[in-house]
Amino acid sequence: MRRYLAARLAQSVLVVLLSLTAVFGMVRLGGDPVLLFLPMDIQAKDVNEFRERLGFNDPLLVQYGRFMAGALRGDFGQSLRYRRDALGLVLERLPATLQLAGASIALTLLVAVPLGVLTAVRRDTLVDHLGTVATVLGQATPGFWLGLMLIYLFAVQLRWLPTGGSGTLAHLVMPSIVLAAFFAARVARLTRSATLDVLGEEYIKTARAKGLAEARVVTKHTLRNSAIPIVTLAGLEAGQLLGGAVIAETIFAWPGLGRLTVQALLNRDFPVVMAAVSFTSIVYTALNLAVDLAYGWLDPRVRVSA
Amino acid sequence: MKKYLGLGLTLAVLVAAVAAPWLTPQDPLRADFVASLQPPGTPGHPLGTDQLGRDLLARVLHGARLALFIGVCTVVVTAIGGGLLGLVAGFVERWPSAVLMRLADVQLSFPFILLALTINAIVGLGLRNIVLSLAAAGWVVYARVVRGEVLSVKQRDFVHAAAALGVGRARLLFRHVLPNVAPSIIVVASLQFSQFVVAEAAISFLGFGIQPPTPAWGSMLSESRDFLYVAWWLAAFPGAALALTALGVNLVGDWLRDTLDPKLRV
Repeated sequence: MRRYLAARLAQSVLVVLLSLTAVFGMVRLGGDPVLLFLPMDIQAKDVNEFRERLGFNDPLLVQYGRFMAGALRGDFGQSLRYRRDALGLVLERLPATLQLAGASIALTLLVAVPLGVLTAVRRDTLVDHLGTVATVLGQATPGFWLGLMLIYLFAVQLRWLPTGGSGTLAHLVMPSIVLAAFFAARVARLTRSATLDVLGEEYIKTARAKGLAEARVVTKHTLRNSAIPIVTLAGLEAGQLLGGAVIAETIFAWPGLGRLTVQALLNRDFPVVMAAVSFTSIVYTALNLAVDLAYGWLDPRVRVSA
Repeated sequence: MKKYLGLGLTLAVLVAAVAAPWLTPQDPLRADFVASLQPPGTPGHPLGTDQLGRDLLARVLHGARLALFIGVCTVVVTAIGGGLLGLVAGFVERWPSAVLMRLADVQLSFPFILLALTINAIVGLGLRNIVLSLAAAGWVVYARVVRGEVLSVKQRDFVHAAAALGVGRARLLFRHVLPNVAPSIIVVASLQFSQFVVAEAAISFLGFGIQPPTPAWGSMLSESRDFLYVAWWLAAFPGAALALTALGVNLVGDWLRDTLDPKLRV
């Protein structure tokens, strides 16, 4: 187990280093990177002075070393718009995004996992068919359209919920539904197929044959075994929530990391973009690592074979 | 049932895209301020008009052209690029395989939509750049799937037999291995297609990608936000078109996977 842990940890560190390298490379995709780092109010004649001052005249390797050294210390430079530490801005917005993501994950687990189990246990009944229709529709509905339609229904027509912003529980309802929809549909589909796989196993027959109540067969004998693929997918998809947050937060003016990133891109505030994208990538890698470790914990065979 | 619904929807979108200029006489770009924000059912404007008085039906139909065009281009670019990389990495193994897998890890450490959005904001707006941004963020799925398939196919007896007969490496790869991984490539392509179409709309919705006045579903939805209180149809129809397209293509993708490659997980 310790060797497995060490190997996975080393791999994650490598991925983080390479991802930071990718972020460094990304801002050079468009040609001249200095254009992305100029303050708002600059004159054309001062561009070269800024190029020199920001170090874009140095050899690429020197620039790379400086970026990596800064990034590893959490220094991505100053926001061009707010004149403040870029990573500080990102971290300030993190709690709002975590709150939104947490609500979405809770919603998913409360709705999608029971739905998946129910449709599997009641296979080929009306419940199963309705559940399948719901998940297929959920996967096909773009989050930003769902968001607009929810706003029209609940904010414009019924006036039950605010159109956007944050502060109260009512503000959290629509953004978390939008963020959860796609995720929940996938989790429900996977829960159904994983549960069906397990229900076909011999030990389930044994459990039923020895007269266990069906509820106990499902919760204790089935769910524990179908948990592995569900946890894996949920963990991997939870990372995609950070991407979905970009859209949900923009629609509902939720003051989180996703909205900050979109605004920074629109304002061409690239120190903040680099800080936000790098931070997201690190969180995502850490999540993947956590999923793998949870995998080892749920299934002892993984530990031994690794 | 799912198969026919999927094929029907996909076909309908295809027809709408190809025949858009013949299905409606209206020009999607022609503004008519006198007739702005007309509700659906107005004579001459079955789906109503937008804030500039442009015909919504024409814009939605022409939007299908753009969406499918971008989807097809992106899928072709990613399938060829990612597929070739996966093919070589799986066939040669050793360092190309290791490099590809690390690259894939890095790529997968960014959420897809965030990566495509950021690249698009850097390389710039427009049709070509949105395809390139989506492809740059999406190729890795093909590379991983194809590599995995090649690793298993090349262990099969007919490949060993061909190699023993003295077939060259390139011929072995393209004539014997490639046809056997082709079904996976097709399945991944069909499953990726709707992701690309929706991602393009999302990126245009956020203000990048395709810009107004070009009739793209995403930028139409973005503009509709300012009129949500007075004109629900501006948000409802382009979004419904996008959702139905995604639904149809997803169902076709599921069906293709079930028939061609039931074990494949994407």
